[in-house]
Amino acid sequence: MATVDLKDVRKVYAGGVEAVKGVSIDIPDKALCVLVGPSGCGKSTLLRMIAGLETISSGTVSIDGKVVNTVGPTERDIAMVFQNYALYPHMKVYDNMAYGLRNRGTPKDEIDRRVRDTAKTLELAHLLDRRPRELSGGQRQRVAMGRAIVRNPKVFLFDEPLSNLDAKLRGQMRVEIKNLQRSLGVTSVYVTHDQLEAMTLADVLVVMNGGLVEQAGAPLDIYEKPASTFVASFIGAPPMNLIALSGNALPEGTKLVAPVPPSAATLGFRPEDVELADAVHDAADGMDLEAQVEAVEPVGAESFLYSATGGGRIVVRVPGRAIAQPGDRLRVLVPVDKLHWFDQAGKRVS
Amino acid sequence: MVETPAAVTPAKATSTAAVLGRKEDGAMLGVSRSSRYIAHVILILGIVIVAFPIYYTFVASTHTLQTILRPPLPLIPGDQFFENYSEALFGGVGRIGGVAVSTLLFNTMVVALAIAIGKIIISILSAYAIVFFRFPFRMVFFWVIFITLMLPVEVRIMPTYKVMSDLGLIDTYTGLTLPLMASATATLLFRQFFLTIPGELVEAARVDGAGPYRFFKDILLPLSRTNIAALFVILFIYGWTQYLWPLLMTNRNDMNTIVIALKKMISFADADTQWHLVMVTSMLAIIPPILVVLLMQRWFVRGLVDTEK
Ligand SMILES: Nc1ncnc2c1ncn2[C@@H]1O[C@H](COP(=O)(O)OP(=O)(O)O)[C@@H](O)[C@H]1O
Ligand SMILES: [Mg+2]
Repeated sequence: MATVDLKDVRKVYAGGVEAVKGVSIDIPDKALCVLVGPSGCGKSTLLRMIAGLETISSGTVSIDGKVVNTVGPTERDIAMVFQNYALYPHMKVYDNMAYGLRNRGTPKDEIDRRVRDTAKTLELAHLLDRRPRELSGGQRQRVAMGRAIVRNPKVFLFDEPLSNLDAKLRGQMRVEIKNLQRSLGVTSVYVTHDQLEAMTLADVLVVMNGGLVEQAGAPLDIYEKPASTFVASFIGAPPMNLIALSGNALPEGTKLVAPVPPSAATLGFRPEDVELADAVHDAADGMDLEAQVEAVEPVGAESFLYSATGGGRIVVRVPGRAIAQPGDRLRVLVPVDKLHWFDQAGKRVS
Repeated sequence: MVETPAAVTPAKATSTAAVLGRKEDGAMLGVSRSSRYIAHVILILGIVIVAFPIYYTFVASTHTLQTILRPPLPLIPGDQFFENYSEALFGGVGRIGGVAVSTLLFNTMVVALAIAIGKIIISILSAYAIVFFRFPFRMVFFWVIFITLMLPVEVRIMPTYKVMSDLGLIDTYTGLTLPLMASATATLLFRQFFLTIPGELVEAARVDGAGPYRFFKDILLPLSRTNIAALFVILFIYGWTQYLWPLLMTNRNDMNTIVIALKKMISFADADTQWHLVMVTSMLAIIPPILVVLLMQRWFVRGLVDTEK
């Protein structure tokens, strides 16, 4: 129904803070684009510029191919779900959902039909006569979603909509949002600082840092080929192990069958790409690293071994119950094709 | 005069009730029985001391002038209730040119309502502008309003009187109310409240297509109703008990407010004063403020519970 295109969008706040420093993203029709990054990196600012709630300092925002820089939020035909839901506290759930339609002059019987349909989809039908304060956090979240869906807008905008829910509910709602978004086919932009949410929801994942896009693409591509040490340590939990090289040389106790790329300054590998030596017969095709276990964290299905190496601390992920104890020495093996190299500036070396 | 402590009474009564409630909670924490009795005795004594003058005024308002002038005044109500009240309300009181107390009540009601409603409308609109709109010299306006806090009516009374009399507004409701309407206090109160409204709510309304007028009417006003109710009570009593300004602004007896008329009814020579009518007028003067407090109290207590998140 709509594409969203950002071209070199910048935002300088009145105080002189440059919150967004030139961001270009093309979001295809019906796609769910997730903006992820640490707190303060400008995600909300960017989202609010798409919504029309914040002026755009330079660059253009287009919806459906039309530049909307000077168009107000109402006319942009977007709907937004806020972090704290922003439900109207004095209105019943029904009126909260109907308010936007009433302001647009939708006929009464159509409003009624749409509100009741949406309420049914979201399992809110029995709550229509309640006020927001009579709802649980999860129900409020649904009402906020309903208020967005009922308007049938061109674009959905979500600003950390699940961050106030407990972990279990967050997991449920994540699946539900994904299903809803897919079945409604509405182009969406979703802001979060939670990389798991980002990975699971995104069609297009945009990793932001310091007002800039670090990397954009399909979530698994980003996971497999992080463009920088920032992305490598932000996406994935626990994050990628990064080992600083001293002038192109591997730290002590490390052996590698292949040569180190000439410009590399940092070596990275994911905790789950590690195999322990006794489980592997042939170490000749990868990197071989000595480590001493410092702590063991069993989480049931897998265990994390926090270990010290000549190049700093690493995390190793092993399936099931850990066989190692703190104090044990390990030989850590990583296949060559699972090694990531980054240069002095933190950029990926291919 | 008589009605000032009277107007305060209901508030006193509720605060003592609150104290009573807390004392009872205290009892659960192990406060001894005897100290609870002592507390009650003290509180009841307090209520009696506050309420007795009002009761005595009521007693006096039900006796003939002769009974009142021949001490001691009985402690129980007399048989002149209907005679005295109908004479004052509809017959007119001689010392104020035969104006009936019903006229005074009407005048005072107009003045108190106009001041309360006018102040609320003006201050809620100015606070709305200052908090939600960016316009040139916004902060200048804010500070100008703030500074007028230091200029109550009494300080600017001479120039204000001059302006009003030049405009020919002596002995008019406009003259009585207009200068008392602009209110920095109420504006600041609404401003503080508006500042607590989350930015997300404002933005949600914008996304929902509510312009400035709709946002005010559909969201801000309903959310402010607790504040409005509380302010209304305070401002109504403020308007009802105005003394200095109505004294200056009215020459005609039939434009007097009840407080002014009450003052005029009392002569230095005891024999000239129709004390039974003075007592009736005093009683009638305290009833509307009490009613407003009682009615609005229920309203704003409910409001407080309603908007609680
Ligand atoms: N209204 C504002 N005025 C000035 N600076 C702001 C404003 N809003 C946000 N900022 C600044 O812009 C930067 C990005 O903020 P934001 O977009 O909210 O980050 P995020 O949503 O990624 O946590 C932060 O440094 C923040 O302090
Ligand atoms: Mg944010």
